[in-house]
Amino acid sequence: MEKTLLQLNNISVVYSDVIQVLKGVSLAVEKNHIVSLIGSNGAGKTTTLKAISGLLKPENGKVTDGTIIYEARTVQNQSPETITRLGIIQVLEGRQPFKYLTIEENLRVGTATKWGEPYKKDLDIVYHYFPALIPRRKSLAGYCSGGELQMLVMGRALMAHPKLLLLDEPSLGLAPLVVKEIFRIIKRINEEQGSTIILVEQNARMALQIAHYGYVMENGKIVMEGRATELAANPDIKEFYLGMGVSGDMKSYKDVKSYKRRKRWL
Amino acid sequence: MDFFLQLLINGLCLGFLYGLSAMGFVMIFKSSSVLNFAHGELIALGAFLFLALVTWAGIPIPISFLLTLAVCFCFGFIVERFFLRPLIGEPLIFVIMLTVGLASMFKGLMLLIWGGNLHTYPDILPASLAIQLGPVTIPPVYIASLVIGLIFLSLFGLFFKYSSQGIYMRSVADNQRAALSLGVHVKRVFALSWAIASLVAGMSGIVLGIINGINVHNLSGIGLKVFPVVILGGLDSIGGAIIGGLIIGLLESFTGGYISTSLSEVVPFIVLVFILLIKPYGLFGLVEIERV
Repeated sequence: MEKTLLQLNNISVVYSDVIQVLKGVSLAVEKNHIVSLIGSNGAGKTTTLKAISGLLKPENGKVTDGTIIYEARTVQNQSPETITRLGIIQVLEGRQPFKYLTIEENLRVGTATKWGEPYKKDLDIVYHYFPALIPRRKSLAGYCSGGELQMLVMGRALMAHPKLLLLDEPSLGLAPLVVKEIFRIIKRINEEQGSTIILVEQNARMALQIAHYGYVMENGKIVMEGRATELAANPDIKEFYLGMGVSGDMKSYKDVKSYKRRKRWL
Repeated sequence: MDFFLQLLINGLCLGFLYGLSAMGFVMIFKSSSVLNFAHGELIALGAFLFLALVTWAGIPIPISFLLTLAVCFCFGFIVERFFLRPLIGEPLIFVIMLTVGLASMFKGLMLLIWGGNLHTYPDILPASLAIQLGPVTIPPVYIASLVIGLIFLSLFGLFFKYSSQGIYMRSVADNQRAALSLGVHVKRVFALSWAIASLVAGMSGIVLGIINGINVHNLSGIGLKVFPVVILGGLDSIGGAIIGGLIIGLLESFTGGYISTSLSEVVPFIVLVFILLIKPYGLFGLVEIERV
């Protein structure tokens, strides 16, 4: 128990009082681990992250059942201002930079939880992880490339020294090489800064490669969990999320099958 | 030619004041998308507070001036805290109706206290401040308004460009969700923008009061003139508010001088209609940076 940083106990999330998105999700995140959350679109991965970070509230969502325990205090349905100050920072899906602020000003917004404290050192740390941002520091974020923006929003979150970093699809719409680079940096941040990371990804292969532990979500429920290496070896996961046949070969259209493998947990 | 120069200078100074008060309006709109119909009342309030401090309380002018600004600042803060904050998340129309209600309330209160008559400040600016520009004399009020306005403008420029709180405010205007995710205190930003807007409105109220005299109806009517100014400049551009203000000020002054004074009151609204027809985003309205 000592090592658990965050625990979700059977939480349900309802939007606008009627639309139930999460139906009893339980998961536990150990300190200094990277935990991956994979699953198809609409499975409730992003909602899970928002339930943790408190960002459900502005979207009219609510945790109606269950508890979220972070460092021995319950944090469900708290305001984002409170939760970010506890050290939980979410990096939103689709990057969401401040388009009319320069790169450096964007990064400075990351200091909001520690207003008034010196931030020069944190800037140096961010530039150390993302040297690609240095030549662009004075240009407007709206004119930067997708890869630069992903680095920017991760750096922005890093400015707050998060104990728990929630990353929502960092690989979205990026070239494979850039994705590799981003994941390498995520791993480094986890190891060097000691940040615990929850990673939501469509790119299951990459996500399971760097994670310690993984959860699979479907239809607002956790349907499978395990150590990342075990998950990656699981035949169901291989078939549905990694795009491989049972034997481990790449699936090909020429191996037409007469029956379709079913997701047994549905 | 002298007449032209005189009108030009009057127009520029008046326009500068319009621009400054519009700046506060734009600030509230940018951070919280609220159209503040009580802006004119905030302007009038500044003028009357200053009047009360100078004539009734007899406090020296510089101190009264600073005190008025401080009170206006706090007043904006309080208005946001008690009237607008409970409505965060409600449909925009409620919020706008609320500001209309606030406008009537403030106006009523001011009429109750000071009545509808025209008041004037005692001569507070030394005549030596006047500048003789060739054949044209620029009255001290105009010089003062220009100087004060420029000081405020550069202070706010620096505040928004370099201070952390200023950057947080801009971040909220830019992308509220992302600002929330980073722990920016969005409600505090709303409160601060109301406070700053109220401060700037109070300041322009004082100067307008010195120029035209202080009357509840006239001053709150200037709040209406904020609309042509911001529509012309672009609803979400602070620089545009200043330029829009200058243009409207000049237009008013020239129509007043060359055509008729009664028309000069209407000209801004004629411009408003044409701008809405031709260029609804105004001269400096946001050109969205689009990239996916």
